[in-house]
Amino acid sequence: MNLSAAWHCFQGVLIREFLRFIQQRSRFLSALVRPLLWLVVFAAGFRAALGISIIQPYDTYITYETYIAPGLCCMILLFNGMQSSLSMVYDREMGSMRVLLMSPLPRPFLLLCKMVATALISLTQVYAFLLAALLVDVEPPLIGYVTALPALLLVALLLSSLGLLLSTQIKQLENFAGVMNFVIFPMFFLSSALYPLWKMQEANDWLYTLCAINPFTYAVELVRFALYGQLNTTALLITLGATAIFTSLAVLGFRPRKSGR
Amino acid sequence: MTQRTSLTLLTSAMLLASSCAMAQLAYVSNEKDDTISVIDLKSQTVTDTIDVGERPRGILFSKDYSKLYICASDSDTVQVMDVATKTIIKELPSGEDPEQFALHPNDRHLYISNEDDALVTIVDTETSEVLAQIDVGVEPEGMAVSPDGKIAVNTSETTNMVHWIDTSTYELVDNTLVDQRPRHVEFSKDSKILWASSEIGGTVSVIDVASRQIFKKLTFEIKGIHPDRVQPVGVRLTDDGKYAFVALGPANHVAVVDAQNYEVIDYILVGRRVWHMDFNQDQTQLLTTNGISGDVSIIDVDKMKAVKSIKVGRYPWGVRVKPE
Repeated sequence: MNLSAAWHCFQGVLIREFLRFIQQRSRFLSALVRPLLWLVVFAAGFRAALGISIIQPYDTYITYETYIAPGLCCMILLFNGMQSSLSMVYDREMGSMRVLLMSPLPRPFLLLCKMVATALISLTQVYAFLLAALLVDVEPPLIGYVTALPALLLVALLLSSLGLLLSTQIKQLENFAGVMNFVIFPMFFLSSALYPLWKMQEANDWLYTLCAINPFTYAVELVRFALYGQLNTTALLITLGATAIFTSLAVLGFRPRKSGR
Repeated sequence: MTQRTSLTLLTSAMLLASSCAMAQLAYVSNEKDDTISVIDLKSQTVTDTIDVGERPRGILFSKDYSKLYICASDSDTVQVMDVATKTIIKELPSGEDPEQFALHPNDRHLYISNEDDALVTIVDTETSEVLAQIDVGVEPEGMAVSPDGKIAVNTSETTNMVHWIDTSTYELVDNTLVDQRPRHVEFSKDSKILWASSEIGGTVSVIDVASRQIFKKLTFEIKGIHPDRVQPVGVRLTDDGKYAFVALGPANHVAVVDAQNYEVIDYILVGRRVWHMDFNQDQTQLLTTNGISGDVSIIDVDKMKAVKSIKVGRYPWGVRVKPE
């Protein structure tokens, strides 16, 4: 594979994604408003109801807003990952995917370009959210904004690979609503994004088990620790493993016999 | 040259020795464990746990920090611990159920409130002699002696009064009515202003010492927390006169008050049922005892944020910092 051709291709995909993102200003706004609503409205309602306690990586007691912020960062990445799967289905229906797949470069590389492009755009939204979160006193240490970057990038790749995998299974745009109900909501609610796992275990053992096997839980924990300058090795390994599995399955799903529908 | 080198070496050695031997230590009384936890403020870890009398509550140091006085409430005594050897060397006749006390600036006279007997007992710490017992209101609790040494003040939880005691005559000279269940009193450094917290009243009365009149009453309101849970207990003032910190008990927050214009400017989240507090040596950190969660939170005074919580024994009550 020619490196300059690969770079040219990556630029092409990235610019296309970026232009599409710029043109859809409402998408940026909604990506920002959604987690901010959770942070300001939902957290305000729940802060007194939920007990406070020290859990890793925090050194002292934290407000509920501080607790859910990493989960909401991952929520942005989750929605964007799924959105990219929606755009793949759209591309397939409109025929523009054929243009992409006509490229002489290997198909896995094309998919990787798409994943990285989605991930990079998601990251700008996450950092915009973290800046806005400062207004409600969610203040991770300064170094946390740097150490969180690789964690956020990996989680973005995990979720966009999941999005790609789903897009191989969704044949029509209309089916996307199912993704909301069967992927986004269960993934988000059955994780440590909104409540610590020990709290879930207190409530119900099988709910706890579901949360504990949800890769999104580990994605959230990876970001939570990284935002405080710490590494959660278990979360890192599980997130890496899940990303590898989803990417491989997505690549398999895009083999010619499948794409030539 | 040789002389200079050896002088430098000697200075460095002395500095090294002093930094090793004299880390700042916080002593925390654990009400339900009958122990004192010792926290090294540099490493922010508990480095020692010392067995003491039953139900230790109020604690304070002698002026030179060589002795730690401990109100062992259920042992009905004030214990004197030798800080260097960590052993109890003496017990003082405190009267029944001592809870809080204050040491006169003369470093000898200890003013002890006896909760069950409605008394304030004054003990000479050197001779162990009871100098006087003064009748005050029901359930005396908070105790303070003005920095100029002229007045001692006691609060009675049930009578809801601040009692003023002349330290030269050991006589009760006046009473000031405050809100329900006054818990703690604290003098400003110039002895002119007294801060008195009322646990059930949910207020802090700021009192002019000369006239013994309340001139400001502070109330507290924390978003999302029911007003009944806002129960002020411990109060601490910075030496520069800028801030007062008020521990709000089951509200799990410490209120930051501008001590110039008596306005609440912030609330800091700490552990559960925050009770008493103390500063580190340069007042850059404030330590709070959190009874129910069994830990001590460290507040960064510049940032006005809790930065660390450290597990200690069960129901930590009082905290005092021994400087370097």
